[in-house]
Formats: sequence, C-alpha cells, structure tokens
Amino acid sequence: MAYDKFNILKSSIVPLPIENIDTDQIIPARFLKATERKGFGDNLFRDWRYNPDNTPKEDFALNQDKYSGKILVGGKNFGSGSSREHAAWAVYDYGFRCVVSSFFADIFRNNCLNVGVLPVQVSAEFLEKIFAETQKDASSQVEVSLPEQTITIITTGEKESFTINAYKKENMLNGFDDIDYLLNMKEEITAFAENTPL
Amino acid sequence: MKTLFDKVWDSHVVRKIENGPDILFIDRHMVHEVTSPVAFLGLKSRNIGVKHPEKTFATADHNTPTINQHLPVKDPLSANQLKALEENSKAHGISYWGLGHEKNGIVHVVGPEYGITQPGATIVCGDSHTSTHGAFGAIAFGIGTSEVEMVLATQCIMQPKPKSMRINVLGNLNKGVTPKDVALYIISQLTTSGATGYFVEYAGDVFKNMSMEGRMTVCNLSIEMGARGGMIAPDEKTLDYIKGREFTPIGTAWDKAKAYWDTLYTEENATFDKELTFKGEDIEPMITYGTNPGMGMSIGKNIPTAESLEGGISTYKKSLQYMAFNEGDSMIGKPIDFVFLGSCTNGRIEDFRAFTEIIKGKQKAPNVTAWLVPGSHKVEAAIKEEGLLDILTAAGFELREPGCSACLAMNDDKVPTGKYAVSTSNRNFEGRQGPGSRTLLASPLVAAAAAVTGKVTDPRELM
Repeated sequence: MAYDKFNILKSSIVPLPIENIDTDQIIPARFLKATERKGFGDNLFRDWRYNPDNTPKEDFALNQDKYSGKILVGGKNFGSGSSREHAAWAVYDYGFRCVVSSFFADIFRNNCLNVGVLPVQVSAEFLEKIFAETQKDASSQVEVSLPEQTITIITTGEKESFTINAYKKENMLNGFDDIDYLLNMKEEITAFAENTPL
Repeated sequence: MKTLFDKVWDSHVVRKIENGPDILFIDRHMVHEVTSPVAFLGLKSRNIGVKHPEKTFATADHNTPTINQHLPVKDPLSANQLKALEENSKAHGISYWGLGHEKNGIVHVVGPEYGITQPGATIVCGDSHTSTHGAFGAIAFGIGTSEVEMVLATQCIMQPKPKSMRINVLGNLNKGVTPKDVALYIISQLTTSGATGYFVEYAGDVFKNMSMEGRMTVCNLSIEMGARGGMIAPDEKTLDYIKGREFTPIGTAWDKAKAYWDTLYTEENATFDKELTFKGEDIEPMITYGTNPGMGMSIGKNIPTAESLEGGISTYKKSLQYMAFNEGDSMIGKPIDFVFLGSCTNGRIEDFRAFTEIIKGKQKAPNVTAWLVPGSHKVEAAIKEEGLLDILTAAGFELREPGCSACLAMNDDKVPTGKYAVSTSNRNFEGRQGPGSRTLLASPLVAAAAAVTGKVTDPRELM
C-alpha cells in the first residue's frame, strides 16, 4: 500500500517513557476484526488511553494537550510481541511518521518500514536526553533526517546517527514498496521455484 | 562450516540485494482470518493473484468461538472476517479449513498434524508464533500483513539475514519439569528482548530427548525472547513424526526430500554469533508474576525486588502494580480465578495428557472457571479416544471446541478485569486475555494443580 515519502521531519514529540511496550498495548486484539485498513488510529493504545467507560485517562501522554507531533518516543524494546501490522497501522493512522526508541522488536520494525513509519534507534543516553528536554518543555522539537540518517534535539543541538539499510532507505525516500520490486523479478522466482526440494 | 540455519536460509535465497535484505523463497505459507484480509485487498488493488496457491494453506482460528461452532458466529465483525477468509481462499484456489471443517484448528497445530510442516522448509504466517514449526528444523517466522501480501503475490519475502544464536540445555529434566518450563526458564534468563535480532538453534540432550510436541512448545516461545524463530535439527524422531501424514511426500518425492533433510545439521566447527548453555537440572516448574514472559521464576521462589534488577525499575513497579502483587511475595498459595489450557503453545494431546494426569480422581476447585481448548479437531478426537474426556468430565471439567480462544481473547473467552488466570498460553501482557485481565503463564501441570486447588500450587505435590 502506498504511503507518504519520508525525507526530513521536524516535530515536537509524544513521550512514552515505558519499556517493553508490546503490540497488545499499541492495539489490543479485540480491535483486529476489521477487513479493511481504516480507523486503527482511534484505538491506538486503547486501554492506556481510555477508561473502561471510554472516558480519556488524563494522565496518558496522548490525552495531554501539551504533547503533540508526528514523532512517538518510547522506552527500550518497543513493539515486542504479536506480529500484527495493525500496530504499525495504528501508529501511522494516528498521525505519527516516526517512532524513536533505544531498541525495537524485529517484526514491529519491519512492519513500520513497510507502512511508512520510520523506526529510529538511538542510544539509551540519547533517548534519556529526548525525554529530559520534553519534560523541560513539552513543545521542544526533534529533527529526523532520513537522507543524513541523523536525529537532532533542536534546543540543545545534540545529534546522533541511526542506521537503516540502503535499500529500505531508498524505498522510504521514494514511497516505493517491496512488492513492486519482487513483481519485477517474476521469472527469476519462477525458475527458482522449479528447483526447490520441497 | 555451516550451521543448520545457514543451510536452510542460504538454500532459499533467490537474490541478495546489496546493502539490503535477502530475497527468500517461501515453501509454505499459512494464512488465517485476522492478518490476511488487507493483504488480499492489496492483491485486488494491484490486480494480481496468488502465485502459489498450492503452497498456501488457510485456516480460521484467532477469531472463532469455542462453543457452538455449528451455529452462525454471533459477532458480526468476526463473522465478516471469517467470511472474507473463505471467499478469498475460494477465489484464489487456496485450501481452506474453516469452522466446522474436520481439519480446522490453530494454524500452528494443524500445520504439523497434516505434514505441511517439514524439515528444511521456509514457513511464514502472519502470526508471531509461526516459530513453532522450527521444531522440525524449518526456518519459520511470523510476518506482518504487507509481507503476507508479498508472499501471496510472489512466494518470496525480503528479510535481512538474522544473527545466529545457539542455546544448549544439557543433562536431564527434573520430575514435573516440562518443555514449557524449559522455555520460560530460558526467557527469564534472557529477558523478552535478549534474542532480538537472532535466530536460535536449540541443542543439547534436553531437546534431543524431548518429544516433537515438546520441541514445538519450545520453538513456539522463541519469539517471547525477541528471536524471530528457533529451530531444532531434524532427527529420526522428526522423520517418524512426519511420515505418512497427508502432505508429507511419499515414494521418490520422499527420497528426494530425505536426501536434503539428511544434510540438515550444524557442522561441528560452525560458529554462532552468540552461544549460551544451561543445565537441565537447574530448571524447576516455572510461573510468571509480571506482564511480560521474561518475568518468570521457579514456582517456589519469591517475586524479585526492584532493587535486585538492572534498570527499568519504574516499568517493573508498573507491572507488579498491574498484577496487584508485591515485591518479595511468594506465588505459592495465591488464589486464582481462571485456568486456560490450550493455544499453539500448549494445546496438543501431550498437554491434555499432562493436565489429566494431575486432575485424575480430584475435583475442579469451585472458585475456578476452567477453559480447556484443544488446538485442533484432531487433538479433540484424541482426547475422546484416549478416555481423557471421561476423566476430565468426572473431575468437573468441560471441553471446548478448537481455536486460539483465551490466548488473545478476540472471541468471547475473555478473563474479566482484575481476575487471575493461570494460562498455558504464551503472553501475559496487560489485557492480553481480556481488558484488565491478569495472566500467570505456566505449564499444563501447573495449570492443572491450580485448577484443582484454586490457587497457585506446585504440581509436584500432587504427583
């Protein structure tokens, strides 16, 4: 599915300084019943965001007016658990284009890259600095440059590099998807299939 | 010198993209109702079909009721999702084992049962517990919906090759220690992210001596320490298991496959990016006390104090607060409300045998609601044939119909807010078994002991 190209993103952040945020928290299983990709943003972090009577939980970051922006910043081991791509859809559909953490679970990271959300892995120290700046001033901004592969805290000028493989970087810069690439090598795959032992 | 993983991976690489992922050919693709509808919509919008419907298998499991499966599904959203899978399967010529079909069951239970799962295969499914199939020496891992679409469209997937890890468990297991305990023990040692970025090979006497079903339980839980998958080299036990199953090759096809299977082992001097060794004798029946599978311990121990941990203190305290447990608490004797026996982790016949062994001649505790959910109709039939159902019924238990059920509580099998469930499933995340539910992960033996005593109990006392 097509997604917005990613180049440079400068935005305030929404902080979630909690470790091991699993995909069941990002989108609980009972919201996975749709047969189309729409409306998942409404249920992003459903049970952390709303009380059982559907009133917003005031202490949760997404419900606090002071926090906004297109960058979600979470604690270590973000996105563990279920492979549900619905978690990445929910993040994207809510309006985030980038998730920053000091460590990502594999499947969630792949899913993000496939739907146009840039996962940016930073050091534990840098993550703490982002949280600290936001605590000082909730509107403080961060700039993520995909071409440069850097993330910068605007107020302090502190900068760190992040890694992404060249192929995926190219895809995200251009909004390309893997399936188009694979469909172009149809004959090569067909020939390969004929020689598999199973 | 190649590892088992290298051999299977390398033989499936169609093309390597420079500074990018490998393009891997997929031998078997399993599909279920929850993570596939958007993938099929994607095919439609591209106006393309399924490249290899004969390598694709669909079953309904995540979002199905476990009672009255012969009646129409009540929840309109669930019914719609099941209908979508049926229609998509039909439209693309994919074999579909829907509700009511004799082969229906949890995708990771039926795959091995019918011989779809084979050594040396690459297997994917839009479900993280696809790692289960690694028990046969397959490379099996969970994928997202974009990747489901990718595999439907091209039979290939793009993945960077993971790093390799070998986990050895040497020696023997003590009485009352099951494959589930071995896995929970390893996860408690590594944490939930300790194997992220790695593909694991399990080796050593404990796995060598383990049944195929036990190996499936261990490989199933690989994802809970962050690994994409885990695998065990195929041996005689593996081939004995698959022989004669519906999708297992026969005749010359068997000979050809066997020639390949015989090459599937890690060579003696092969090296791993990481290697860990544990002693089987150190493992005791395990139970979790927190909100991720890494928060587990021997059932007789006390909940660790936050100070004894490295970092993450606020997350740890949040977790215990959710569970309403205190640092230093003993788990033994804690009252529980629900018991769930089932899931792709522990929903096979050996799990029901183990559970029955404990409850035989006893009665279900009156304060406990027990959900016993076989992994498939085949497991359900075996429970009846072996006389286990009679023992369960005499002890006050009922058997439900197959499905994922309370493992992820997409259907009506939800543990209510604040209630405790001893579950043989795989995740104790907040709300996993229903909003506000509190899950204690454990083996079928520990679940059975809790079911008859109404509290957390060391199963060795009842053996």
